[in-house]
Amino acid sequence: MAGKPITISHLNVRIGDRNILKDISVSIPPNKITAIIGPSGCGKSTMLKCMNRMIDLVEEIDIEGDVHIDGENIYGSGIDVSLLRKKVGMIAQTPNPLPMSIYDNIAYGPRIHGQRKRTDLDEIVERCLNTVGLWSEVKERLEDPAAKLSIGQQQRLCLARALAVQPEVLLCDEVTSSLDPVSAKHIETELSSLKNDYTIVFVTHILRQAKRLADYVIFLYLGELVEYGPANEVFFHPKDPRTAAYIEGVFG
Amino acid sequence: MVDWRKTEEQLFKGLMIASLLIVLGSLAAVFIVVVIRGAPALSLAMITQTPQGGYYLGKGGGILNAIAGSLYLAAGAIALAFLISLPIAWYLNQYAGRSKIAAFVRISLDVASGIPSLIYGAFVFIIMIGLHERVSLFWGIITVALFITPLLTRGLDEVMQTVSPKLKEASFMMGATRFETLWHVVLRQSLPGIVTAFLLALGRGIGDAASVLFTAGYTDQIPTSLGDAVATLPLAIFFQLGSPVPEVQARAYASGIILLAIVLALSLCSRILSQRFKKYVIK
Repeated sequence: MAGKPITISHLNVRIGDRNILKDISVSIPPNKITAIIGPSGCGKSTMLKCMNRMIDLVEEIDIEGDVHIDGENIYGSGIDVSLLRKKVGMIAQTPNPLPMSIYDNIAYGPRIHGQRKRTDLDEIVERCLNTVGLWSEVKERLEDPAAKLSIGQQQRLCLARALAVQPEVLLCDEVTSSLDPVSAKHIETELSSLKNDYTIVFVTHILRQAKRLADYVIFLYLGELVEYGPANEVFFHPKDPRTAAYIEGVFG
Repeated sequence: MVDWRKTEEQLFKGLMIASLLIVLGSLAAVFIVVVIRGAPALSLAMITQTPQGGYYLGKGGGILNAIAGSLYLAAGAIALAFLISLPIAWYLNQYAGRSKIAAFVRISLDVASGIPSLIYGAFVFIIMIGLHERVSLFWGIITVALFITPLLTRGLDEVMQTVSPKLKEASFMMGATRFETLWHVVLRQSLPGIVTAFLLALGRGIGDAASVLFTAGYTDQIPTSLGDAVATLPLAIFFQLGSPVPEVQARAYASGIILLAIVLALSLCSRILSQRFKKYVIK
């Protein structure tokens, strides 16, 4: 599907009296992988959370600006956050399976969004687990607690869970940082195969990972968007000296 | 040279063992005394019959009235208390956050938990007088529910507070509402703890004598409606202990064994249930 870009304009985020994001404006292209890179504490995760309004859960938060997804301002009035989060899926840094069976973890999203038929759910569970390459590993024990899976499997389960509600966008927040190298590789492979169908935005502090996966790169530094462009340009011909310094490993 | 660190280690280890022994020892002592004094009087009739004429002077019968009464009363009270407590605990955890209202509610509940049950009994008694009501199962249930609700609410609240925010976020990420998150995620994750809090409150309710003294009354019959007076095990023990007849005193201890057995069975159930509910819990 050829979706519309995610357009962020003049996004300012303050938590208490700290300025986390300063006047961010950027347009994230559909069906590509866009990486948000930058040193710790530069606002990468905050920016990600602004795109599905998980940021709303943070206390003392103050948000200005617009984020348009599918041509709709998600901070506009009359936005159904539940539907927004169905459309914009998210995978967290550490795997966070729900306290239920493997099957129910995947079926959770479709169920709360009104899917009740067992045969439909069966089909969704199998398809999503297949997409992340977990089906053959767990098909015999779908009723086992999700917590019994290895950490790597849990993260793939979370990816499958996000896919189960047929989102258009996937937000990934350092999704490989708590995984072993083999599992991390798994997730990376799956993400790059998913970009044809989804717009993927991922946060990482691993530059090599961004180089491997990203089509576009956003470099954030101290809450400012320093540079944005196609991955090759940002990595090999950075325009801003701060970007160049970060990519060369001078700081961060 | 003396190794002070090792001495310190030994000292505190000894202190911990001593504390444990004091607690376990007292428990064992209570058990032993009750069983030794009550076992000879324990009979099938005790748990299958209501008191016959002259029971309190040593004639035949049992305390089925009090066993049934206590169970009815406790079941009604815990059901009522749970219905009130769960929404409060949910509100505190999911909606109120760390607001001033939440802090105020928690302090109020803590204070309410510290009020002796006798005061709750007296309070309800005053209301009953105002309404020209007589002692009954209904008012007993109200009283016990009133005094275990703060305990239960705080218990549920503490249990739910241990649910990791990450788990709730996982649910919100999927587009779940707060209530869906509560119902499907927080409840499941905290179910083992909820069972424990529930049965602790039930244990408190079933063992209390003071709160039902003025409100539930005492009778030799098994109640057949909410409007009937109702006997309770703690009061049955109290009245029998007060008797000058040695056989009746022994029956008081036998009644104690029955009460202990009920409480023990409840704890056991709680253990088994929470183990079962632990299966899907995320550690």
